[in-house]
Amino acid sequence: MAPVKFQDVRKSFGSTEVLHGITVDIDEGQFVVLVGPSGCGKSTLLRMLAGLENITSGEIVIGDRVVNALPPKERDIAMVFQNYALYPHITVGENMGFSLSLKGVAKSEIEDRVRPAAEILGLSHLLDRYPRQLSGGQRQRVAMGRAIVRDPQVFLFDEPLSNLDAKLRVSMRTEIKNLHQRLATTTVYVTHDQIEAMTMADKIVVMHDGIVEQVGDPLELYDRPANLFVAGFIGSPAMNLLSGRMDPDDRSIFVTTGGLRLPVGDPGRAAPGRDLVYGVRPEGIHLGGDVPIRIEVVEPTGSETYVVGHLVESPVTCVFRDRIRQKPGEELMVSIDPATVHVFDADSGERLSS
Amino acid sequence: MARPGLIARFVGSRNGLGFLFMLPAAVFLLCFLTYPLGLGVWLGFTDTTIGRPGIFIGLENYIWLSDDPVFWLSVFNTLLYTTVASVLKFVLGLWLALILNERLPMKNLFRAIILLPWVVPTVLSALAFWWIYDSQFSIISWVLMKWGWIDAPINFLGDPGMARASVIAANVWRGIPFVAISLLAGLQTIPQSLNEAAALDGATSWQRFRRITLPLLTPIIAVVMTFSVLFTFTDFQLIYVLTRGGPVNATHLMATLSFQRAIPGGQLGEGAAIAVAMIPFLLAAILFSFFGLQRRKWQQGGGD
Repeated sequence: MAPVKFQDVRKSFGSTEVLHGITVDIDEGQFVVLVGPSGCGKSTLLRMLAGLENITSGEIVIGDRVVNALPPKERDIAMVFQNYALYPHITVGENMGFSLSLKGVAKSEIEDRVRPAAEILGLSHLLDRYPRQLSGGQRQRVAMGRAIVRDPQVFLFDEPLSNLDAKLRVSMRTEIKNLHQRLATTTVYVTHDQIEAMTMADKIVVMHDGIVEQVGDPLELYDRPANLFVAGFIGSPAMNLLSGRMDPDDRSIFVTTGGLRLPVGDPGRAAPGRDLVYGVRPEGIHLGGDVPIRIEVVEPTGSETYVVGHLVESPVTCVFRDRIRQKPGEELMVSIDPATVHVFDADSGERLSS
Repeated sequence: MARPGLIARFVGSRNGLGFLFMLPAAVFLLCFLTYPLGLGVWLGFTDTTIGRPGIFIGLENYIWLSDDPVFWLSVFNTLLYTTVASVLKFVLGLWLALILNERLPMKNLFRAIILLPWVVPTVLSALAFWWIYDSQFSIISWVLMKWGWIDAPINFLGDPGMARASVIAANVWRGIPFVAISLLAGLQTIPQSLNEAAALDGATSWQRFRRITLPLLTPIIAVVMTFSVLFTFTDFQLIYVLTRGGPVNATHLMATLSFQRAIPGGQLGEGAAIAVAMIPFLLAAILFSFFGLQRRKWQQGGGD
């Protein structure tokens, strides 16, 4: 267990800089998720922490050691790869004990350390199988088992669930989270799936195009996104974003480019005359009111109903707890909860609401 | 309703049709593969010479050969040649493959260069080696003499020991590309993440090679080395151009001896018998790779 520090970390491939100065602090025992769309540099950052990519400039600190120049094997970290990277020619048990056998630990002691790890993960009956004979979820668990047996300073996960089917993904999510609560080892987890990030993280680092857009705990990111990118990326269905300007006379009214007047609870630093973006989450829209939505699609999920439609010319998505009887093409009257409204600058994307 | 004729029913049935489609391939196989082989084996049991059809003489050729020291010398030479050349080709080929598998600048150019010895016709490269090994004009002797390491040209192909080493060196030079390129292809099927995982698990580069790369490469090594051993064991061209089996039969392989006895010597039956005597060795090599190095348990998917 150790804290991890990224200090102005940069990475260039040839003349192209892909990470533009990443600074993130990870506390001891924290579960941190690096999330962002593909190509944002999150996997590269993780591989730099692991020592699989070298660091162009800046510092990476694990515990109290600067690890920039250390080879992977001296960093005392364990990594779970996206394709699991299980050694196909040795059994599950040997896979899990591989790091120990490299160090020349006695066979009986390896068994003593592999057995409890296998028990935690429910792999005890599979120890003599070869990786090929396992299902995706089992392989995933073996990869985690291999990491657990190491008892490292830091666990790294590189999109570990992306090869699993949707249902297994949900249950493995819980399992990983559980495991972390049990072992309390510092964990860095990379994913492009914001739901994984929201559900698992103590702290989320949202990355985009090689920079950190925002760092915070999941609900902080959800409730107070620092910019348009985070606002659009975190949350599913995504936040509705409408462009327009503040009413010059009334700072509690936002006028969309379509001329619609919408309420704003907290205009913050929003100045009249500037191009702005009005953001409201799908659940910030309530049934009944004076705002008309032209329905295009109604998606009932049972507990909730998603309505996709148009607010004048802007597409919007709403989520209602009630069932909707209106048909596509009809109009639905809604109101917007001003307290849930975010205002962003259209040019810089910066959040203006306080 | 008339019953369809026998032929119509045969052609109509699934197996009959399948048989018809396979017939050309079967005929081809019989005519061009089995017949020459069978004829060779048959000749080995006769006393045929060029210009005179022979009669069946049973095992007489083989009994005669078992008392022939030149034949046994050629067996020894063949085994020595195959063993030393194959081991060298394997070690050097693997080494080259490992180097070429790294991120190198101009990697494709290097790979193309490696293939050159394999692309050049054997006779051509054998002639080049013949010149390199020339007893008076050898470039090797010349360079060593310039450096003052030796006083007189080396008699590469005149001395039995030197001749054996020389033909082995030429064979290794020619055989390395096949081994190197095939093993390189094998190395590229090993996912990079396995090496990364091993590095994180604390493996040194030697441990990664010994415990990840080598075991994962064994299936390909088995196939490549089986072929390499078969090619080397049956080698003919290099020897025939370089030494014709000399000096004093020191470099005669079974293949060259067989040819020499059968064609220039005219003893077709005896030559065929020598060639047939190679078959048990080749079968042994194939069986060894089939049983000793066959698919490992870990390669078989599914099931218990």
